[in-house]
Amino acid sequence: MAAAARFFVRGAQHSKLSLSGVGTGPGTHSSFAATVLKLSPSSNSRTKTQRRHAAHFAFQPDPEPTQYGPTQKMNLFQSVTSALDNTLANDPTAVIFGEDVAFGGVFRCTVGLRDKYGKDRVFNTPLCEQGIVGFGIGAAVAGATAIAEIQFADYIYPAFDQIVNEAAKYRYRSGNLFDCGNLTIRAPWGCVGHGSLYHSQSPEAFFAHCPGIKVVIPRSPVQAKGLLLACVADPNPCIFFEPKILYRAAVEQVPVEPYTIPLSQAEVLQEGSDVTLVAWGTQIHVMREVANMAQEKLGVSCELIDLQTILPWDEETVVKSVVKTGRLLISHEAPITGGFAAEISSTVQEQCFLNLEAPISRVCGYDTPFPHIFEPFYIPDKWKCFEAIKKMINY
Amino acid sequence: MAAVRSMNTMYGVCFHAARQTTGLKASRLLQHIQQRAFRVAAVRRQHLDDSTLEKPQFPGASAEFVDELEFIQPNVISGIPVYRVMDRQGNIINPSQDPQLSKETVLNFYQKMTMLNTMDRILYESQRQGRISFYMTNYGEEGTHIGSAAALDPSDMVFGQYREAGVLMYRGFPLEMFMAQCYANADDLGKGRQMPVHYGSKDLNFVTISSPLATQIPQAAGAAYAIKRENMNRAVICYFGEGAASEGDAHAGFNFSATLECPLIFFCRNNGYAISTPTNEQYRGDGIAARGPGYGMLSIRVDGNDVFAVYNATKEARRRAVAENQPFLIEAMTYRIGHHSTSDDSSAYRSVDEVNYWDKQDHPISRLRHYMTTRSWWSEDDERSWRKESRKMVMEAFEGAERRLKPNPELMFTDVYQEMTPNLNKQKESMWRHLQQYKEHYPLDLYDK
Repeated sequence: MAAAARFFVRGAQHSKLSLSGVGTGPGTHSSFAATVLKLSPSSNSRTKTQRRHAAHFAFQPDPEPTQYGPTQKMNLFQSVTSALDNTLANDPTAVIFGEDVAFGGVFRCTVGLRDKYGKDRVFNTPLCEQGIVGFGIGAAVAGATAIAEIQFADYIYPAFDQIVNEAAKYRYRSGNLFDCGNLTIRAPWGCVGHGSLYHSQSPEAFFAHCPGIKVVIPRSPVQAKGLLLACVADPNPCIFFEPKILYRAAVEQVPVEPYTIPLSQAEVLQEGSDVTLVAWGTQIHVMREVANMAQEKLGVSCELIDLQTILPWDEETVVKSVVKTGRLLISHEAPITGGFAAEISSTVQEQCFLNLEAPISRVCGYDTPFPHIFEPFYIPDKWKCFEAIKKMINY
Repeated sequence: MAAVRSMNTMYGVCFHAARQTTGLKASRLLQHIQQRAFRVAAVRRQHLDDSTLEKPQFPGASAEFVDELEFIQPNVISGIPVYRVMDRQGNIINPSQDPQLSKETVLNFYQKMTMLNTMDRILYESQRQGRISFYMTNYGEEGTHIGSAAALDPSDMVFGQYREAGVLMYRGFPLEMFMAQCYANADDLGKGRQMPVHYGSKDLNFVTISSPLATQIPQAAGAAYAIKRENMNRAVICYFGEGAASEGDAHAGFNFSATLECPLIFFCRNNGYAISTPTNEQYRGDGIAARGPGYGMLSIRVDGNDVFAVYNATKEARRRAVAENQPFLIEAMTYRIGHHSTSDDSSAYRSVDEVNYWDKQDHPISRLRHYMTTRSWWSEDDERSWRKESRKMVMEAFEGAERRLKPNPELMFTDVYQEMTPNLNKQKESMWRHLQQYKEHYPLDLYDK
């Protein structure tokens, strides 16, 4: 299933080296972007046709958290490594496994961990997603802390049965005799500029319809570490989606020691009074820009909420905000039909009917597979979101 | 010549890579060069030794070259032999293979097998009368359960499919608990949430059964891996039917357990049918056992109607799995005498004669009884009184379970997550409000308050 991806990413191992000195600042090409350039044999003479559209977001680091001790500058993949490092150090049962995690992972998230903690704790599995999740469930049932990696969220579907029918229902169906609460599944997620159909997907809504699991998506290195450690500590099976476009692009000060950020709790990033904006992952950075644009160009005050946990989601924070602002815009990269915005939208409509001054707006991906060359037109970028706010305000 | 060229290529790549890495962090550069250096050294080493020149150097397999075109033939006519210890009359065939079990042990085997059989008959009938919603019998496969369970340590973890109730029976799961699960009453450890025969027991290390086939197979590998790291001299056994072995999860579990070196026994019950599908529509190789070597797994095929053959194979597999940290595959050949389930009429796809042969001529219970009779360990009188006694025990448990109330409806909402989420709490309260208003339309009096 993931064979095509492996070929793709194997190539990246060589090209990454030649470009890693370039792409660390916000908005520059990720290593993934470099892959495509490198794979084109005559890329130098054809840079014009291969040139990437400018990044669709600008990463804004959060203020440095001071309450958890010393911090260090980390990008998102390094903050994931830091969380995994803390876990392995503090929990002797913890193991990390998946495709190609031993040498550090195709996105460098597990670099150095095998050397530090041993090959029985950080190891490659055969190339088989249903096996990886099934194996992780079993290890968790036997009492180990199991951290499984699926190489791309796009390749999580072969494990859908193990996640939905098994992991999510283990505790319930056994009357709490057995559970796999020690299982965490991590997977790179979201668009990356040129990932096309199978390196871009945002499958959270498929899992949002499944009682028994938790689905969590961070927006930054600080959030990634705190939420990942919360997933690992949580007594329920969790899926942790890592926005891969942020792996290198997002850099901020991250505490070195372990800390957790509570699950099922949305974060109000910016207070506002005219409209509520809800998003998660990379889209938060898009929305932050949109909020600034709305303020500057329209004089509209936006309240920005990072949902962080998709399931079980923080209804209260969102509803409270909409009661105040009277308007709601939800935006996600995933296709609109059956996307998680629909769930938020109908819940808010039910809870805030008397407060709503305009129809709830959803700015999402179109109902198509995620395209290659058309990505700039596909994604719900700041202009699409800005236009939606304009319409909502003038409703 | 070819060798020299490939070496040059390797050096070329190395040089190229080094040139590209200027500006990298020193540590990563070093690591990169070390990896390359290692690979180049490996190439060199291979080419220094002249005698290896004519040997294939492919990393994917260790084999010789051949200069004749020949496809490997599967051997399905004369397959992996079926290991047996006693014949159909209960006579030990090869004394060196006699496990020499004590009289008490053998009587216990027999009583557990027949108790399971008695429970099957009563629960099957109760489903026919609509007293429970569903049931699956174990007819003909009692020997595989008891023989394998007896060869394990009680601390060994069991992952099953659904036709392994005898393993629980052997481990001492009370009749009341079997019944409570089938009736989904307030005593059910599973809180009445799953269909009948989906048993589980934390105390007896029997992981709760689920309906999706083969999902337990890679899970068993993960559990065995975790148990190996604990280093507590435990193993895992994983049961599945030959039909379930066609699932992708079986492939996953076999391969993972071999590459990750898990102390695990895969126990396949090959009973000839997956519901209506005969094995010739299930696979074309030599059954399931023949797949084991393909995964690098030690494998054996046993007579599943011979409780001693099952016992011996499981005992040895368990010993070696724990000592050597590697998986074993046991394929127990047997025959599904009963219908697939109470929702199935097997006469629609197989002959009554076929079923009768296995029921009358080659049954694990009657074979063990022959063995005991030969040794004068069991008489007609013993049989009569045990039948009566076991039937009475089952009936008592049955009636007790039937009288018991169902669990409180509130238990529908717990254990979805470890904690009760605000959303679920709201839905629970909404249900109670609704029930208060419409209580006459719901069977509330059958449920615990």
